[in-house]
Amino acid sequence: MPLPAKLRRPGWYRAALFDILGFGLAFGVTCLVRSLMHEHPVVDGNAITIVAMIAVPLFFLVGIGTCDYWAYWASGRPTRPEDHSDHGARTWRDYFRVNTDHKVIGIQYTVTSFFFLFVGGLLAMLMRAELAQPGMQFVTPEEFNGLFSMHATLLIFLFTVPVFAGLANFVLPLMIGAPDMAFPRLNALSFWLLPLGGIMMLMSVLAPGGSFAAGWTAYAPLSTTMPVGQMFFSLGVQFAGFSSIFTALNFLVTIITMRAPGMSFFRMPLLVWANFSTSLLVVIATPFIAASQFFVLLDRSLGFHFFDAFVGAGKNGNVIMYQHVFWFYSHPAVYIMMLPGFGIISEVLAVKSRKPIFGYRMMAFSLLAIVVLGFTVWAHHMFVSGMQPWIRIPMMITTAIIAIPTGIKIFSWLATLWRGVLHLDTPMLFALGFLTMFTLGGISGVMLSMIPFDIHVSQTYFIVAHIHYVLFGGSLFTIFAGVYYWFPKMTGRMFDDRLGKWHFWLTFVFFNLTFAPMHLIGIQGMPRRVADYSHQFAAWNLIISLASFGLGLSTLIFVYNIVASWRHGPRAAANPWRALTLEWQVASPPPIFNFDAVPTVVGGPYEYGVPGAVHGIFKSPAEAARTVAAGTPGPRTLGSTPSQESHE
Amino acid sequence: MERRHLVRMLVFGGIAVVIGIPIALVIPWFPANASDQADNVRTLYDVLLIASVPIFVLVLTMVLYSVWAFRMRPGEENKDGPPIHGNTRLEVIWTAVPAVLIIGLCTYAYTVLRSNEDNKPNALTVNVTERQFAFEFSYQVGGKTVVSPALYLAKGQPVVFKIHSLDVIHSFFVPEFSQKLDAVPGITTTLRVTPTRIGNYPAECTELCGAGHALMRAPVHVVTPQAFQAWLQSQPANAPPPVGTPPANAAAPGIPGAGAAPAPTPSAGSTTGPATSPAAAAGTAIFTGAAGCSTCHTLAAAGATGTVGPNLGTAVVPDAKKAGMPLKAFIQESIVKPNAFISPGFQPNIMPQNFSQSLTPTQIQQLVNFIASVTK
Repeated sequence: MPLPAKLRRPGWYRAALFDILGFGLAFGVTCLVRSLMHEHPVVDGNAITIVAMIAVPLFFLVGIGTCDYWAYWASGRPTRPEDHSDHGARTWRDYFRVNTDHKVIGIQYTVTSFFFLFVGGLLAMLMRAELAQPGMQFVTPEEFNGLFSMHATLLIFLFTVPVFAGLANFVLPLMIGAPDMAFPRLNALSFWLLPLGGIMMLMSVLAPGGSFAAGWTAYAPLSTTMPVGQMFFSLGVQFAGFSSIFTALNFLVTIITMRAPGMSFFRMPLLVWANFSTSLLVVIATPFIAASQFFVLLDRSLGFHFFDAFVGAGKNGNVIMYQHVFWFYSHPAVYIMMLPGFGIISEVLAVKSRKPIFGYRMMAFSLLAIVVLGFTVWAHHMFVSGMQPWIRIPMMITTAIIAIPTGIKIFSWLATLWRGVLHLDTPMLFALGFLTMFTLGGISGVMLSMIPFDIHVSQTYFIVAHIHYVLFGGSLFTIFAGVYYWFPKMTGRMFDDRLGKWHFWLTFVFFNLTFAPMHLIGIQGMPRRVADYSHQFAAWNLIISLASFGLGLSTLIFVYNIVASWRHGPRAAANPWRALTLEWQVASPPPIFNFDAVPTVVGGPYEYGVPGAVHGIFKSPAEAARTVAAGTPGPRTLGSTPSQESHE
Repeated sequence: MERRHLVRMLVFGGIAVVIGIPIALVIPWFPANASDQADNVRTLYDVLLIASVPIFVLVLTMVLYSVWAFRMRPGEENKDGPPIHGNTRLEVIWTAVPAVLIIGLCTYAYTVLRSNEDNKPNALTVNVTERQFAFEFSYQVGGKTVVSPALYLAKGQPVVFKIHSLDVIHSFFVPEFSQKLDAVPGITTTLRVTPTRIGNYPAECTELCGAGHALMRAPVHVVTPQAFQAWLQSQPANAPPPVGTPPANAAAPGIPGAGAAPAPTPSAGSTTGPATSPAAAAGTAIFTGAAGCSTCHTLAAAGATGTVGPNLGTAVVPDAKKAGMPLKAFIQESIVKPNAFISPGFQPNIMPQNFSQSLTPTQIQQLVNFIASVTK
């Protein structure tokens, strides 16, 4: 009896069927292996859960259709001719199935990531409600540990890392003049891995013993002695990690092989450089967190000895080794979470200042320098770990050195503003907010590289302050800047700039009120990851909590603006910002295959101020009219006497 | 750069720096300065602040000035700025100056580190043993081992802490000492402090270690060298004293905030509770010593005032009734299987679950007898 068509073609019904099959397989294999190994009881919920967490999502991916083409090809059957039926979005339903169009995938990524931003943000609100006063009011200490663990995990793996991948997914192929990414089917698979990882993380709250609660850092041996909820973290990270790795591979091949004719590496927009650098970080570093979590899984669930401290007479495990492996990824991870943002800021600042990016080559080389140096600093997270003391010295030096390429970028952006014509709309405000707030985060970072000071503030709220200045004032501000900036291109509508400005100012004020005081209470001695604290910190914690509620509420303005504008905002022109880069030379939103004809790149991407300068030209008259730089006669170099003054 | 722009920015920036640095230096960032190491760290931080304020002011000034001077005016909608691509001299300067600054800061930080961690002569060794969720400090004095849930130190006496963990990674941090190091199961880690100020400070665990992490702290008392010696002498060796020896004064109170409880004056030989039987003496010694119960529990008879767990002077009898168990059996179970019965208003998974391994059956029996005899 053949299956009904609904269950045979890729989609949600088939995915549901495959989920059931996957669970059955997990159940059967687990029980079979346990009975062969004489493990009792044979039917063990813990073991079945763990195997199911691997099998069911994989079966889901097959069921929903991410692997159909490859399965046909690998099995030797004739492949179906490509009719592009799974490419491009015509209705909202296309966003809920396997789609190979990078523009659809970009929006899927971005919307999914923002969902997890709101869940993670809500968890922060719960944490701050509990911390508003000393004593326990709303949750137990165990639950609180789960809250901050989930908060960080969701915001790192399910928001910051993937949202940059999503924005770049949409923008980057357009920016380099390509019709799509190098591997569109791999791109679709990359996306679908993400919600699976996220759902796994969220489902851990249902596990007996509660959600994972060893922090997002999951140090052994705490993580190897926790209830099964911890395994949801160990496995969820694998799915999110594979999503990230596949996308990075895709970007690397796309950037290297699919740039439009004439676009040499040094004519690429800096967003492309930034994603190129980030992708290098991802492919090299992410396997290490996968490894660390596999070690935890094996230790906890199969009784391995990687991290055993007290094995027999001699110690065969190595507790601190977990931290080395974990941080070898997790330090580059913070650059994975920042470099794409640097690329976005370069795009926004150049266009909104109507000036070339100052020092383009050094900006590109700084990105590469950060990639290389980023692999040499991991043990600055371990200054108080009890590792061999001599390691701290080179780590201090390399950590301090990273401030130099980062400083070059900040100064170059400042010089880009200089004598420009500044359009102070919402994307620009977030970019300027980023410049100042990320500088503060970078300053506290240099302070932290100094070992004796780090010894004092490690594991206190000073670290929480630093983290949030670079991840919220840094990464999230760039994400908002990018979302507002490319919103017209992605949706074909304009957002409400007045609401956007309200969003910015409220966010900026409440952000500083929330996180600035944490520097002080951290140095005063308040530890982090605590459900309760000593009474001397009560006043500041109340202020921080109230400010954080303001911060949370200000996000609602963003949500309303985006949703309302998407649904019935004014139609956007192809190039509302009069930018030179290629994505703005096509309609908003772009045609399904991006370009009618492949453009030819004839100049740099930021030639503002040069009358008649063009970045890319289109041979076909059917293409959107090319944008020409408006041009202002003016001095060519900084420091020469101006011949005419155009400001005031 | 045009002179008038430069002058305006220098004035604004200069004023901001001149106001900013003193404000930054005057803010009371740190708690009390109670060790040589803390002294050095505070100075290092002051230097970092003095270096940081101008950098932040520079960035802020450039942003604010640019917004003020160069924002688009009406009529300039289609205007571009000058096509300035770079300036080699400027780029060299803003690479070289931070490099010099970094080299200077690293060198200075290195000297501070060396000074804070060098071997000091005549250092006293104190063992710190951490477990979920309590500290235990032990001293080797003469031939005897003194075990205490509170840390006593002598002002001016350099200390070497040997830090151990019995289960997961913990940390040992006293904010007033500005010294911190993780306790890693399976190895011993070493931390040096020279306390310089008499007072009471909290020792905190700062490495997430489970449900009781936020509550895991111990009091630190820095006293005069004479008081320290007197306290050491008055402490029993970590073994039940011979039959008939009156119990020594019990050790410190439970979890304070900073400086909450004054250091109890150690006085040898005074009795703290009504029970002076040999069993009670043995039980008190274990209660306040090896088992560390006084860190978390209140029990007047042992002079314990901990508040993390239930008051063992008043809660045990009603709880035993609720559990439907005879008193001694209930106390026994509560020690070796803490999660079996949770006293109303308290949480599971906070009390250490491994007392059946860390105490001998005799010690557990003596504890049970002692608590049963003094609880109401």
